[in-house]
Amino acid sequence: MKEELIVSGRLNEYIDPNLHIWGWEIPLYLFLGGLAAGILFFAALFYLQGKENEYKAAVKWAPLLTPIFLILGLTALFLDLHHKPYFWQLYTNIKFQSPMSWGAWTLMVVTPLSIIWSATYIREVFPKWDWKYRWLYQLEEFFQSKRTEMAWILVVFSVILGIYTGILLSAFNARPLWNTSILGPLFLASGLSAGAALIMMMSKNKLERKLFSKLDLILITLELFFIVHLFMGFLASTQVQIEAAELFLGGPYTLPFWIFVVFIGMIIPAFLEWWELKGHHIPAYLPAMLILFGNIMLRFLITYAGQASRYLY
Amino acid sequence: MRYAMAVDTKKCVGCSDCVVACQTENNVPIGYCRDWIVEVVDGTYPQLELEIRSERCNHCANSPCVRCCPTGASHYSDGGIVLVTHDECIGCGACIASCPYDARYPHPDGYVDKCTFCIHRVREGQQPACVEVCPTKCLYFGDLEDPESDVSKVLKKRKYKTLIPEAGTDPQLYFLI
Repeated sequence: MKEELIVSGRLNEYIDPNLHIWGWEIPLYLFLGGLAAGILFFAALFYLQGKENEYKAAVKWAPLLTPIFLILGLTALFLDLHHKPYFWQLYTNIKFQSPMSWGAWTLMVVTPLSIIWSATYIREVFPKWDWKYRWLYQLEEFFQSKRTEMAWILVVFSVILGIYTGILLSAFNARPLWNTSILGPLFLASGLSAGAALIMMMSKNKLERKLFSKLDLILITLELFFIVHLFMGFLASTQVQIEAAELFLGGPYTLPFWIFVVFIGMIIPAFLEWWELKGHHIPAYLPAMLILFGNIMLRFLITYAGQASRYLY
Repeated sequence: MRYAMAVDTKKCVGCSDCVVACQTENNVPIGYCRDWIVEVVDGTYPQLELEIRSERCNHCANSPCVRCCPTGASHYSDGGIVLVTHDECIGCGACIASCPYDARYPHPDGYVDKCTFCIHRVREGQQPACVEVCPTKCLYFGDLEDPESDVSKVLKKRKYKTLIPEAGTDPQLYFLI
């Protein structure tokens, strides 16, 4: 038997006895960032396809929520910092090897764009909205003429934002559960699926609901494939990765992961959507809420379990 | 120049003097430590093997903490010593999550703190505090590129290992076995 003990009594806060440097703030941000990325991606995509009046919830309504999601997410990130007065250092440096650095810059592009995009539609959604100042109306007119350019930037940067939430974690080789390149695509697919779910919930148009229901079904299938692939990869790897996978395969995170994320968050809503596509009536909020719930649980469980996984020595 | 440290696991008795010396020298806040003692017992009684290690930041040549720091606060200094510039650090915790040795912690003042190989002493030609006080003289420090340094000489004579080299960090803390 091998027993390893720290005998000098190391008890550094946030490190010992188990690493817990990241609490609720990071997974909440990962969820909100992914959700906003998903909505903005579909908004820009369908705008570029000339479907803004067909898919109103996707192009005009749901994006109105994204500035709120992103600002809440950024607030959570700020709350997570231990040295808050120095947060601006993020924006005096660009470090390409650090996902957190280029993620911060991506947010700097996407957040203002989400606000501008929403502002150009706000009078259409709320006809009584008054900008009060003439120059604001002029600004609105200017940006309304630049929607195509904004949509192209949003298509690219929303994918970067969505995938970055996974890459942020996968860059840490010290935490074997995170250290897999499948985490980026998994989080991107799950963010897009959350975005599609919210659009589906807001939509009043049958055609649009059906389209996003189908999209969600495809994305959930993709996510399930990524999850299987994730565990296959781990189990075929070294002892370090095998033990990381075991956190979800018999370990303490098994039940919450398979029940909350996979069953309630993916399989049930996928079944409900398939049922609806078959012609049965299912209230749109039901699968959508389940998907959003599964999404947030996925972020929380991966963030927490990752900190419990480690190298063995 | 490449600063490194060697720890003689055969001579270390685990007295924790290095831990206390570091806390005193570097004004480490109460309840925290930059170095620590690990005792590994292997085998079944009465065939037991004991290894005692004085551990700290490995000042890796391929440091994940430097790589993932979003502001450049974590950086390589003289001889590859890994340091944190306090007023560039935002305390995001990325470096803490990236360190396979768990050698970093958030200082109560907010920035991230860790072993500095006592760079302020080394620059003045002195040894790090832990090396200086070790009663069994089991710690060796110096420049690996200088064949006459304490650490180069002892690594030439003895068998050694590093901790989890498979993590790809190229650690510069050597354990004599």
